[in-house]
Parts: sequence; C-alpha cells; structure tokens
Amino acid sequence: MNSFSFRRFRAVLHKEWLQIRRDYFTLRMIIMLPVLQLFLFGYAINTNPKHLPTGLITADHSQDERSLIAALQNTGYYDIIPLSSEAQGEQGLADGSLLFVVNIPPNFDRLVDRGEKPTILVDADATDPSAIGNATAALAGLSNVLDRDLPPNLRSQPAQAPFQVAVHARYNPEALTVLNIVPGLICIVLIFSTLFVTTLAITRETERGTMENLLAMPLRPAEVMLAKVVPYIVIGYVQVSIIMVIAVAVFGLPVRGSLLLVALALGLFITSNLLLGVTISTIARNQMQAIQMAMFMLLPSFMLSGFLFPFKGMPVWAQWIGQIFPVTHTLRIMRSVLLKGDGFMDVLPELWPIILFIAVIGVIAVRSYRETLD
Amino acid sequence: MSDALVIDARDLHKTYGTRKVVDGLTLAVTPGQICGFLGANGSGKTTTIRMLCGLVKPDSGGGTCLGMDILTDAQKIRLQIGYMTQRFSFYDDLTVTENLEFVAEVYGMANPKQAVAGILERMGLRDRADQLAGELSGGWKQRLALAACVLHKPKLLLLDEPTSGVDAKARREFWDLIHDMAGEGLTVLVSTHYMDEAARCSRIVYLSEGKLVVQGTPDEVVQASKLITFVATGANLDATAVKLRTMPGVESAAVFGAQMHIAGMNRAALEQARASPVGAALTWHEVPPVLEDVFIHLLSDSKP
Ligand SMILES: Nc1ncnc2c1ncn2[C@@H]1O[C@H](COP(=O)(O)OP(=O)(O)O)[C@@H](O)[C@H]1O
Ligand SMILES: [Mg+2]
Repeated sequence: MNSFSFRRFRAVLHKEWLQIRRDYFTLRMIIMLPVLQLFLFGYAINTNPKHLPTGLITADHSQDERSLIAALQNTGYYDIIPLSSEAQGEQGLADGSLLFVVNIPPNFDRLVDRGEKPTILVDADATDPSAIGNATAALAGLSNVLDRDLPPNLRSQPAQAPFQVAVHARYNPEALTVLNIVPGLICIVLIFSTLFVTTLAITRETERGTMENLLAMPLRPAEVMLAKVVPYIVIGYVQVSIIMVIAVAVFGLPVRGSLLLVALALGLFITSNLLLGVTISTIARNQMQAIQMAMFMLLPSFMLSGFLFPFKGMPVWAQWIGQIFPVTHTLRIMRSVLLKGDGFMDVLPELWPIILFIAVIGVIAVRSYRETLD
Repeated sequence: MSDALVIDARDLHKTYGTRKVVDGLTLAVTPGQICGFLGANGSGKTTTIRMLCGLVKPDSGGGTCLGMDILTDAQKIRLQIGYMTQRFSFYDDLTVTENLEFVAEVYGMANPKQAVAGILERMGLRDRADQLAGELSGGWKQRLALAACVLHKPKLLLLDEPTSGVDAKARREFWDLIHDMAGEGLTVLVSTHYMDEAARCSRIVYLSEGKLVVQGTPDEVVQASKLITFVATGANLDATAVKLRTMPGVESAAVFGAQMHIAGMNRAALEQARASPVGAALTWHEVPPVLEDVFIHLLSDSKP
C-alpha cells in the first residue's frame, strides 16, 4: 500500500488525459499561445527600425566628412543631429534622446590623406540590442565611401580601410543579436505554457470539490503528482515542435547542433517547469494564490536568466540566483547547440543543474502534497 | 467485546481556531447497523466523519474503524470503507462509466469492467452510463456517488448528507438501496437532516456543538426525551399555533394538516396553555411524541 503502484498511477493518468481532451478551450490555448507569443515577440524584436537619432561631433567640415555623413544618412538608419560638445552627446545617450553619437576626430581628412587610418568613434545605446543591431551592421559598409575621392593607393582594400569605425556598445556589452534572442524566446514561451497548466492542477481539484474524494481514495502523492505532469510533457513536446518549426522557417534560426540534444534539454526544462507548477499548486490554497506564486517565479526567469540582460553584467549574488533557475541553463544550451553546434559533452555542465532542480523540486512536490484536509 | 464494533471512536476532539467543532465525542457502531448521524448545521457531523476516515487528524482522542487505528492505519482503512462526501466530488467532465472505472482501477479491482457493469445495473444507471456526470440531475449524481462508494465492496459506508437536495422519490429509492445493502451485512453511518430518514435508521446519534446529546434506537430517543405532546383539532389552527408558541412552557407548536402538536417538558405549563382562552376552543388529547417533536425540542434546546 505504501509503495508506488503503476496501476493507480495509470488510472489517474487516464483520468487526467480524458479531462485534458475534453477541455477544448485550454487545449487550443496551450497550442495557440506559444505560436502567438513567438510571432508577437519575434516580430517585435525583429523589426528593423530606421531613422535613429544620431548626434554628430565634428571639429571641421572637410570634404571627406561631408561624404561620410551623407553615406551615414543614405543607409536610412541615421538621422544626424549636429552637437556642439561631447558632454551634449553623453547627455543625449543617457536620457535616451540619442541612440548613437558619432565622433569624428579633428583633422580627419588630413589624417586620411596621410594614410593614418583615423578612428571614428560611434557610441551606441545598446540597452535594446535589436533596435540598433541592423544600424550598427550598416556601419561596416561605410569604409569604402571615400574611395572615389581618394587616390588608388589609399582606397579601401579588404583588410585595409582608409579609416576605422569603432563601435562602443554602451550598457549592453554583449550586444545580443536577433539570433541570440530566438532561442531565449523559445524558453520563455515554454515557461508560460507549461508552468501555468500544472500550477492549476491541484488547486482545480480543491476548488471543484473533487480533492476530498481523491484524498479519501487509496492514492499515494507520487502517483497523483506524476500523473498530473506526464500528459503535459507530451503536450510540451508538441509545443516545442511547433515552436522550432516556426523559429527555423520564419525567423531563420540556424540548427548547427543535434536536434536530439535540443529535445533532451527542452524535455528536462519542461519537466522542471511542470514540477514547479505542481509544487506551487500543492502549497497554494486557491487558484488566485497559485497564479500569484507562479508570477513570482516568472519574473526572475525573465530578469536573471540572461534573456533580457547579459548574465555576466549582473552582480554576483544575482548570478547565483539566476543559476538556480533551469531557464538560465536551458537558454545557454539552446544558444550553444543551435548557434555554435556544441555537443553533449559541451553542454553537460548546464544539463546537470536542471536535473538537480528536477530532483529537488520533485521531492518538495511530493512532500508538500497534503494528505489530510486540515 | 469492543473488537466486534465497526466504529469505536473515543473522546474525539477537534478545534478550528477557537471553535471546538468536535468536543469529546464517543461513538460506537455495531456491524449491520444503519446509524443515523443527526444535528444542526455546523454541529460537527462532517468533521467527525472525516476523522473516521483519516482525512482530518483529531486534536486528541482516537479509536478504530473496522479494527484499524484511525490515527495510524488511515491508508488501510480507506481500502475497506466507502465515503460519500457531502458535496458531489466526482468529475463533471467524465462520463458515469469513466468515473466508475477510475474508482475501480484506483482500488485495484480484479475485473474493473465487469464490476462497473454490475454496479451500473444494480443502481439503475445503465441508461446513463455514457452521460457526463456534470449533466446528471441531483438524484442521479447521488446515485453515481453511491455507486462509486460501494463499487469496491467496502464493509463500512460513511454517507455525509447523501440525500440533501434530492426529490422525495429519489430519496425513498436511495434509502431502499441502503437498507438492501445493510441487509447484506454492510454497516452504514449516515448523516441527515430529514426526520423521516432518521426514523429509518436502526440507531440515532444526535450531536449538538460537537457533543453527543442522545443516542439509541428511534424509540429509545423518543422515550429518553421525556417530552410531553398534546394534539389539538378544531378551527383556526394556524393562528392559534402562533399565539400558543409565545406562551411559557410551550417549546413548539406546529400544524400538521388538520392537527396541531404542542410539546414541552413542563406538564403544568402545557395544561395551562391548553386551558387558556385560545386553547380552550380546541379539542385536545395527549399522544406519545414522534421523532420530529423530539428533534425540534433538541434543536431549540441547543440554542442558547
Ligand atoms: N477546515 C475547516 N477550517 C475551519 N473551520 C472548519 C473547517 N471545517 C469545518 N469547520 C467548521 O466546523 C464547524 C462544523 O462543521 P461540520 O463538521 O461541517 O458540521 P456539519 O457537517 O454538522 O454541518 C462549522 O462551523 C465549520 O465552519
Ligand atoms: Mg456537514
């Protein structure tokens, strides 16, 4: 009686499955929500904003400088606002009225003519990397704008531009690109669609009055818990498949590593969320409390995982908290497997923290399952 | 002799906050009995039943159910009892059959399909086997709940207000089923509000504020009350009842069709009420009290 019974587990599993199947609304939501979120966030991030306010600091107004400024404006990304001092540029970046400050050194044309390759400094507000990503990339094409004005020996060659552009990505030194964001987006979308379904699993029984009966039956906590998690792992994989197809087909996400490894990592990630949901579900007294607790877990997943802000830029204590969350590790696995093509051994250091989390939260879930109505 | 008892609970206490919900209750039920569990709302019936099946831990006291300790053997007890909760607690989004099959599997029955088919037949649920439980009317829900409770052939049934909100015909049939099963050796503890149901119990336990007030067969309870009842016939019974009720010593005055019952503990006071101007217009005679008189008396007693 005290040990786990596969038959009782299967009975609850069957019951859960029937209930999920009959709840068309939730089922549709579970499938549609991640798709909608991915498109919404994906496109919001993928937008290619133009006419970004750009401050210009320049000492003289030579021919070369005029060519350069014309070229900047021609990219469509930059709206040039002349500035009188560097302090004005700093101020503009800080208060958000400027996204870029272009600083052309004094005597620019003379330095170019002498072949000294002067450096144009571009300060960029990188708090929103997707906003400046394309604009920054366009800078690379500027190096040959002076070619027609220069003698052949000074014209840009692949390794030898007549001047250099140095971009300082301010506030966000990692300068995440769109490609970096999609793997993170997959994780965040999955949290939404998995944490909340099981968060409501036990509280729903309580609120519908079926809990008393469930408790009065000879069921063990682990049997109930597991049976409530397993169907959603299956559904989670359906979600993962849909999301991955969209990410690859629509957002051009590269798949350089093993899809099997991605599936393993995401499977563990889904399981950790579901178990966390069940645990919340057993601790909360009603659905409202459960939702609040889930929201409380959601915030650090966003903020401390490296999804929104670069992980290494956070204070050490915040990094430690971030390390606890499976999303932090899943994010890294997704990035390294999909973008870099890393293998199992490379991501192992990120896999075991997720497994540890699952083990700990699983024990807490079973322990916190109340077997009485007190 | 105490191991022959199906329920043998001693000195149960349960406090929620500052409220003593069950206060020193001792309960003994012998095999084959239909024990009626009565008391006003909030008198602790549900809490007591929950303690018996291990869903609520008593603060103190203890005892046995089917010879097993209610504090330590709750898991084993659950295999041999059927508990029907006060609120319908099966799955609205599952059909009758699916609900029953779920129960059969959880109890590890040898042949679930056959067991479910058998119980559907016995409870007259066969025509509704494929209906969603949420779509059943109150009476049919009650039957489904009873079917689910007896499916695994328990030795003891704990029924918590099984017939509340069910029409008279369904209630009658429900009780016929309970009597059938008691005839087959099942012991039943059933809480109820209805007097006519109390009369169908082989034994009554009356609770008030968590304390046992009286117990015994319906006849014993009536006799133990030492209540005096007079019946009157005549004109304007309803108006008279209102007036009599305010007189000292008249605990209750109620009209049943062409008759009015007045009851109280003090014979002299009742005689005085009879002889009063409003009472003198009617024809009176004394009768033995019925259960209903006794319960109204007990209910008014339990109020401060
Ligand atoms: N879990 C609980 N927490 C707090 N109070 C409770 C709880 N369960 C029951 N009570 C209180 O205990 C009293 C007795 O309840 P109950 O046993 O349900 O009585 P009955 O079934 O006779 O109507 C009620 O006043 C009820 O409010
Ligand atoms: Mg009750």
